Amino acid sequence: MTASGDTARRTAERVARDSYGRLVAYLAARTRDVAGAEDALADAFASALQTWSINGVPDVPNAWLLTVARRRLTDAARRRQTQAAGKAHLQLMADELDDAAHQHDDIPDRRLALMFACAHPQVERGMRAPLILQTILGLTAQDIAAAFLISPATMGQRLVRAKTRLKEACIAFAIPERVDLPDRLDAVLEAIYAAYTKGWAEIDGTGAPLADEAIWLGRLVVSLLPDEPEAKGMLALMLYAEARRRARRDSTGFYVPLEQQDIALWDDWQIDLAEVLLDEANACGPSGRYQIEAAIQSAHVARRRLGAQTWPVIVALYTHLETLTGSPVVTLNRAVALAELDGPEAALVILDGLSDDRRLADYQPYWAARGHLAARAGRHADAHAALTLAIGLATDDAVRHYLLAQRAALLAD
Amino acid sequence: MQYLLLIHHDDEALAKAPPSLWAEYAAFNAALAKSGVGTPGLRLEHASKGRSITRRTGAVEILDGPYADTKEQFAGYLLVDVPDVDTAVQWAIRCPSAHYGTIEVRPLWAMAPA
Repeated sequence: MTASGDTARRTAERVARDSYGRLVAYLAARTRDVAGAEDALADAFASALQTWSINGVPDVPNAWLLTVARRRLTDAARRRQTQAAGKAHLQLMADELDDAAHQHDDIPDRRLALMFACAHPQVERGMRAPLILQTILGLTAQDIAAAFLISPATMGQRLVRAKTRLKEACIAFAIPERVDLPDRLDAVLEAIYAAYTKGWAEIDGTGAPLADEAIWLGRLVVSLLPDEPEAKGMLALMLYAEARRRARRDSTGFYVPLEQQDIALWDDWQIDLAEVLLDEANACGPSGRYQIEAAIQSAHVARRRLGAQTWPVIVALYTHLETLTGSPVVTLNRAVALAELDGPEAALVILDGLSDDRRLADYQPYWAARGHLAARAGRHADAHAALTLAIGLATDDAVRHYLLAQRAALLAD
Repeated sequence: MQYLLLIHHDDEALAKAPPSLWAEYAAFNAALAKSGVGTPGLRLEHASKGRSITRRTGAVEILDGPYADTKEQFAGYLLVDVPDVDTAVQWAIRCPSAHYGTIEVRPLWAMAPA
């Protein structure tokens, strides 16, 4: 590839990363056809690579792409509708897109509107996060499938289905009424957080970029809806987790639990930002699940950094979260925190109460926690059995090796 | 939904596996049993010990060894009963053999109730 070809590719990649969502939003604003808009944009990127490497990169690459994509769209629409009514519509669309192409400032509400469209109740719950990731970030079905552990072909089919569903339902890219916003916002936050947890779990490979994208989306939502405390809570929660990314593995790739992490490896800047966001969120009224989870992380930070005795606060926060969510995972976390106050036996009583919950039968953290608590309580046989199940259920190699080492240490005791 | 996990091993990779592989397999089988989704799978003898039979041309042809000369050979299988393909894929990811080859996840043909 020539130097100019290289520049063209780099510019195209940068534009794709920075403006993809906005460009799709513009193109789909009137037609409501996200798939069509993406196809047109893909064509535009393809011709950009060819044209820019020959003629150089234009001053406003976004506008160039939008113009080419718009032409593709209007051509396609023209093939579909020949009656006079269609012409007026096309003219209107062309004018609107022209306007958009010549505005260099962000119109973030369009982007947000697109996210809300993706989080529409008509879209299958599990597809909201992938759809947001694809339409807002331009991740490929391949990337998303890798993050969501589904075959690229299946993910591709599902994305197409979800987009068709959006189009059939004629879901306008409009900001929902104020009264509908909380419901929709929940879905948007849930989708973003789902994407983040996928990215968090993957220490290498596809994980970190996906986590970055989720944080970026979180920042976007916070900047657009500054009065929504849960949006800030979720962004804070993601930042607390992200701040510890480097500390989660040692130099040999070995898993390091929170208690043993080197806090010098934590990212202070991300933690500070999270603390500010959490303060702002807490000032806004009653706390939702993300704020509570962020507050728990904040308490862990204070404990590890300052040696503050924050376990009682952590237990209280988990208790509150438990009543809010009814989630057995929250109960599990409360038990683990309680062990720091009342000892492992007290925690094991709670875990025993969960042992019939089918949802936890193949939940690796449950068995890992059970193994650690039983070991601390001196119940070696129980610990061995639970750690064995945790080893069998682990999908992360580093975690599996850590658990194997824990079990080996048990035998050495 | 029932899914068959078809395990294909790469001989060279498997030969370099650490001794802990079998301990990990024991843990995997324990987790499989505990979660109630399946029982330990069946391991096959090496493909070179098999026979391949066809009557495509009418005449019986019997060949020694594997059906196809591929780098990874079919080595065993296990059946899981789980809600969806993603859960089946999770079990394939957990299966220690995934490090030494490929695990194919295939839904069983759903028979219409008689």
